[in-house]
Amino acid sequence: MRPLTEEETRVMFEKIAKYIGENLQLLVDRPDGTYCFRLHNDRVYYVSEKILKLAANISGDKLVSLGTCFGKFTKTHKFRLHITALDYLAPYAKYKVWIKPGAEQSFLYGNHVLKSGLGRITENTCQYQGVVVYSMADVPLKPEESFSYEEKTNLASIPLTAYRSSSQTF
Amino acid sequence: MGRKLDPAKEKRGPGRKARKQKGAETELARFLPAAGDESSKRLSSRARKRAAKRRLGSAEALEMPKFPGAKPFPGKLPKGASGGAVQTPGKKGAQSLLRASQGKKRPAPTHSSEEEEEEEEDDSEEDDVVNQGGLWDSEDSDADMIDDYGADSTSEDDDEGEELLPIERAARKQKAQEAVAGSQWSEEETEEEEEEEAEEESPESGPQKNDEADGGLQINVDEEEPFVLPSAGEMEQDAQAPDLQRIHKRIQDIVAVLRDFGTQREEGRSRSEYLHRLQKDLATYYSYGDFLLGKLMDLFPLSELVEFLEANEVPRPITLRTNTLKTRRRDLAQALINRGVNLDPLGKWSKTGLVVYDSSVPIGATPEYLAGHYMLQGASSMLPVMALAPQEHERILDMCCAPGGKTSYIAQLMKNTGVILANDANAERLKSVVGNLHRLGVTNTIISHYDGRQFPKVVGGFDRVLLDAPCSGTGVISKDPAVKTNKDEKDILRCAHLQKELLLSAIDSVNATSKTGGYLVYCTCSIMVEENEWVVDYALKKRNVRLVPTGLDFGQEGFTRFRERRFHPTLRSTRRFYPHTHNMDGFFIAKFKKFSNSIPQSQTGNSAASTPTNLDLPEVKDQMTPKPKGSSHPAKKARVAVKAKQQLQKRQHPKKASFQKQNGISKGTDSSSPTVSCDTKSQAASKLQDSSQPAQKAEVIRGPKVPRKLKQQSAMPQASKKVAFRKQNASRGTDTEVPVLSLSKTQATLKPEDCDQPLGNSKRAEKVKQQLPEQPFKKAAFRKQNGTPKGPETSTVSLLSSSRPPPAKRRKSQSRGSSHLSS
Repeated sequence: MRPLTEEETRVMFEKIAKYIGENLQLLVDRPDGTYCFRLHNDRVYYVSEKILKLAANISGDKLVSLGTCFGKFTKTHKFRLHITALDYLAPYAKYKVWIKPGAEQSFLYGNHVLKSGLGRITENTCQYQGVVVYSMADVPLKPEESFSYEEKTNLASIPLTAYRSSSQTF
Repeated sequence: MGRKLDPAKEKRGPGRKARKQKGAETELARFLPAAGDESSKRLSSRARKRAAKRRLGSAEALEMPKFPGAKPFPGKLPKGASGGAVQTPGKKGAQSLLRASQGKKRPAPTHSSEEEEEEEEDDSEEDDVVNQGGLWDSEDSDADMIDDYGADSTSEDDDEGEELLPIERAARKQKAQEAVAGSQWSEEETEEEEEEEAEEESPESGPQKNDEADGGLQINVDEEEPFVLPSAGEMEQDAQAPDLQRIHKRIQDIVAVLRDFGTQREEGRSRSEYLHRLQKDLATYYSYGDFLLGKLMDLFPLSELVEFLEANEVPRPITLRTNTLKTRRRDLAQALINRGVNLDPLGKWSKTGLVVYDSSVPIGATPEYLAGHYMLQGASSMLPVMALAPQEHERILDMCCAPGGKTSYIAQLMKNTGVILANDANAERLKSVVGNLHRLGVTNTIISHYDGRQFPKVVGGFDRVLLDAPCSGTGVISKDPAVKTNKDEKDILRCAHLQKELLLSAIDSVNATSKTGGYLVYCTCSIMVEENEWVVDYALKKRNVRLVPTGLDFGQEGFTRFRERRFHPTLRSTRRFYPHTHNMDGFFIAKFKKFSNSIPQSQTGNSAASTPTNLDLPEVKDQMTPKPKGSSHPAKKARVAVKAKQQLQKRQHPKKASFQKQNGISKGTDSSSPTVSCDTKSQAASKLQDSSQPAQKAEVIRGPKVPRKLKQQSAMPQASKKVAFRKQNASRGTDTEVPVLSLSKTQATLKPEDCDQPLGNSKRAEKVKQQLPEQPFKKAAFRKQNGTPKGPETSTVSLLSSSRPPPAKRRKSQSRGSSHLSS
């Protein structure tokens, strides 16, 4: 387990910023303590410092996981965000997409969201913007890459609304 | 399609079928009046005759078509004729005439033949009246054909005071007819039945049986011959081609015999033969291995055994636990019901449990499940976490956490505060832990992959520890039927050995001086005593722990004795759960409280592995193994433990030996006993003291004394201490001593290492302090604290003894005072 290098930090923050923008600082300085990111076996874990202290005692090969896994670095050092990061990204998301109940099930089980399933969408959402998809009950479902964009009126011409990124397995 | 057959529905109506298809009640009723009505009432002679005639008549009626040439028949013909003639005027009139004729005729038949004939004749006369028309197509046939519902024959019934509906009368008539037919048969058979006691023929004696059934008090078993154990030949036959029905019946028979062995046993057969047979039968019927079934027979009384075996054939209901980090039980229940799941709250004892009766959607694949709103978990798996009662901001270790249900429950009770270290030795199953914990939104957990036995070395000092030990799985046979056959003696003992090691490691990982904790919960999903009570008892002997109530108010208490083994009485606070009594998987839960961080050495052991008790005094810690656990808890616990360990002390010979030795040694010379006594003393001291400081202080206090007494060896101080201690103990024979004694005893046996350690500490402290001119002061303080010296010992001894007599309270003050002084 080790802290992230500069490069890794930069890459990761860039990715996260796509979804939550400048709110990144909020992730680190939380009211209930300082949290930090640690890298272990190519995965980035988001832990509070109290947990970190205890985890330091565990040898690297025996440590499996700590805190929450945010994502992992691929072999080519790109950062992939995991679904487990959702709970932390959702409150700070800049662009949100709400989908109708009918489309919710379909989306959860792997399909793209069509325009017809779109309930609400934050204004000024660009194409290929990272968005967080919510159900109508404001339950965050998944952060996604938005395929189509912006104004509702223009969406008519573009059927696909949210392109479901490939499922992240653990 | 079509008419549904409902045998319970009473057949009504005038048709043939209503009378024909009567089934069992007819059979019964046939004998009921025979047995009941007639025999119950004291019938007048007339009534008797009438009854007989009725029976006879029905028999005759049956017989008449069958045996036209039967004896009674000719006799009846004239009667019938007359009856027929008589019948014409009217039914009632016919009846009366019939009666008259019967009366007249009665003597003739009685003379002529046996009872049967008479009955038959009487009955047949009656029936003739009714049936003749049908049979003979006489002019009265039309009248007779009109279904009078047996009004003729039952007019006597009316006379006798019974008010019957026409249909009932017809029913009675038919019953009477059948009864006659049967009674003849049964009469013949009854005699046979009574003569021979072959119960195998009881099925054939239908009427007989019916009588028995109707009689109520009589049951088949009584009627039948006492159950006979099959011979060896039959047993072999069974082994080859088991007939499950027969075996099942035999199981029930044997259980019934054994329940009332004195009266129902077969002569010449011992109880063990019955039991052996039963074991074999149960093993065959339920597909168990012999070993496991033998163990189960030791564990359960017979009635429960069969229930237990039956319960293991059926899966337990699916239960789930709400994840309160993300939702509430009410909301979750509502959401699931909307999805089509039929569920209910689990019970009073659980605020988060739900039991699923049936579901139209896969319960493990709903969006709520994926969102981590609940976890599929057995009801019995929720219990150890409830017993553990983790508090917020604590450090918890879950030693065998896979697949993570208990860990996540702990996290939700702690509301994601504190730290949980979830460990498992199986890397494959750890993946499920990771997945589950992330899914349920648990953020305060570290997941590691160690062998649990490595634990205090890797990291220790936890507030609470949960050990869900790997076991033989005999409590979850319904989930894994392979356990029935693939477990044998070696497996159980191997499991028990591993569990003991794990439990000791877990105990060592607990911080006894934790402010809010110091608890350990040991649980298994097994019902074997070797894996449960025995392991717990072992830990009680080997470590400074004691059992506390689990906080679960239901469940069966653990055993305090089992066959040849005797366990500590506090094992009553452990809990056992069974599938057949609680409808949850078999489980065993024990909750320990650790009262001292020191590890007792065995009598011959060294202090290498022992951990120091005093941790409050940093100055004495330098040489001690670094386990900063104060003896505050130990002191308190010691006191409590004293009571708990009074029995333990009996088992602890070393203590006594050392005690005696020390008694012999005024100044303490031998080192072995000193160590023990020292241990005891230190332990006693530590136990008696509430705070670590006091304990340490006591040691410290003793320390100075020791060097004063014997300055030659390091062991000497110990010895002297011990001697003094012993003397004190010896001198005291009073109650005040007892706690100390017991403490010392228990301590001696339990924690020789502790002794060493404290002694070490005290010695060191003492050395440290010797340099300081505090010893006299301490001594004085000690003396003061000690109060009245008890024994006629030397000054030191008396001092020591005086320190002894005041248990806990004194010590507390002592230690505090002394700590103040020393520090």
